[in-house]
Amino acid sequence: MTHEKVFRAIGIRETKLTFGQRLQKDLRRNKYKYLIVLPVLIFLAVFCYKPMYGIIIAFKDYRPSIGILESKWVGLKYFQMYFNDPYFGRTLRNTFFLGGGSLLFGFWAPIVFALLLNEVRNIKFKKFVQTTTYLPHFISIVVVCSMISLFCQNDGIITDLAVAFGAKREPLLQNAKYFRPIYYISGIWQNFGWDSIIYLAALTSIDPALYEAVEIDGGGRGAKMWHITLPGIKTQIIILLILAIGGILGADFEKVLNLYNSLTYETADVISTYTYRVGLQNGSYSYGTAIGLFNSLVNVTFLATTNMISKKFADIGLF
Amino acid sequence: MKTHLRRRDQIGVFDVVNTLLMLILVFITLYPFYHIVCASFSDNTMLSAHKGMLFWPQGFTVAVYKLTFTHPLIWSGYRNILIILAVALPYNMLLTLFCGYFMSCQGMMFKKIIVGLILFTMFFGGGLIPSYLNMRQLGLYNNLWALIIPTGVGIYSAIVIRSSIDGIPKSLFEAAEIDGANDIYILFRIIPSLIMPTLAVVLLWFGVGHWNSWFPATIYIKDNDLLPIQAVLRSVLIANQKLTSDIQVENDHYNSYAEVIKYAIIVIGTLPILCVYPFLQKYFVKGVMIGAVKG
Repeated sequence: MTHEKVFRAIGIRETKLTFGQRLQKDLRRNKYKYLIVLPVLIFLAVFCYKPMYGIIIAFKDYRPSIGILESKWVGLKYFQMYFNDPYFGRTLRNTFFLGGGSLLFGFWAPIVFALLLNEVRNIKFKKFVQTTTYLPHFISIVVVCSMISLFCQNDGIITDLAVAFGAKREPLLQNAKYFRPIYYISGIWQNFGWDSIIYLAALTSIDPALYEAVEIDGGGRGAKMWHITLPGIKTQIIILLILAIGGILGADFEKVLNLYNSLTYETADVISTYTYRVGLQNGSYSYGTAIGLFNSLVNVTFLATTNMISKKFADIGLF
Repeated sequence: MKTHLRRRDQIGVFDVVNTLLMLILVFITLYPFYHIVCASFSDNTMLSAHKGMLFWPQGFTVAVYKLTFTHPLIWSGYRNILIILAVALPYNMLLTLFCGYFMSCQGMMFKKIIVGLILFTMFFGGGLIPSYLNMRQLGLYNNLWALIIPTGVGIYSAIVIRSSIDGIPKSLFEAAEIDGANDIYILFRIIPSLIMPTLAVVLLWFGVGHWNSWFPATIYIKDNDLLPIQAVLRSVLIANQKLTSDIQVENDHYNSYAEVIKYAIIVIGTLPILCVYPFLQKYFVKGVMIGAVKG
């Protein structure tokens, strides 16, 4: 407001442009910029927003032959159907266990690895370890699961390991009680190296003077780690933890799909795989969409809640 | 004055144990691949008889490789993924570059709305079934376009590109504009050479993403000869379709190699990545850094 007063005082009148005039000016000046983003918007409209409209079939009795608009509204029928589905509890439970377990058993692995690797003084050896441990992350999930299924055969090496721990000899992937451990451990194997990158990067940015201070005070490696190193990467840990917790209910669909079979549905069948079987393979489009929508909403709620709690207690959040 | 090694220059028990641990981790990481490669060069009967860990091929033979390399599905698998890469990568890069450039520009009336629309799609989408129905409706079924077109923009990559463009000094753009350059000229002539490392990383991300992709092929492709290599792998190794055709003779032929063939197929499906990885690894790591620090 004040600059207007000044201008008026020295005789300059600032004209306010109308919306139409501003629009014209904007389009003239930025026409290429808008043209450039146009293909992106078209793509998103066709492949992201148009399917979003298709979500309404969760509230209808969708029949492909008569189309979306003509299909009958049924409200929350399919949601109720899912809540009353005998497999509702199972899918929810497994989604939570697979996601939560991966978090519980796998979240700390890259951190510990980064901390230990950071202590390695030979640069060449360090780089060698890094290069090799990053590798599994780039292997496709199909190859990883194929390896798992070959090693978990009746005479496979992972089965040998299980037997050494007292298990009965059988194809491990056909017994529901082995599914979760296999899922967690293979997840750690594939990702502990790659996930440690962020922590390693953060570790290099800790001021060496801090370490020296601890040493002068007589502290050993343990003291350094506890007082300097861990607090130094605290922010990264918390942010990644929020992301991980927020994503708990989005269990890795592709991996489960490749590892499970009808014998392990009890511990392996998650919401997304159930949606795939029932909705896509069986053709119950409305039902599948309803379950999928439920899954998305729960995910978003979980993420938002975790973010809010973290903001409240640790002052760190994603949004 | 006593001189002594500073504590950190002494090699203690911890260092020995830590080094051993690192070596064990390296072994655990690499051994599965080694086992598979050894098995793939083995004789079928000797392999089935072998128990426990594998340290060298059992009866070295390349018979299985000769068999798999002549199988049409392996050839079509490779051909399809190469076609997909050739068409999709430029398409992905262009679209993502456009998106990133727009997000980095300032002073547009509608920028906030448009960027909001773009970012929203990162968190919410139609879901499996509506997306599937959408694809069928668009005619993207049982052809390679179904595997190319939907991959469009990589929004996370676009954000990384935006961060890179933000790092270019504004004065450069101003000078260019004074010289008469419009946005299109800036985007295609000036910017690419300035953010080349970022573009390289984004290209790699797309490349690996396409190579490893298999699920869309599973639901959108019906003809086996249109499957890209990972989908072929999956149908053989996991869905347990046999790599056989109708000819009886061929059936027996493949069956006698049933065990070893699986290992060979795994090697074939991951060999390109394994070969290319050591050279490109530093680009991937750089990409994570850019994404983490600036994103």
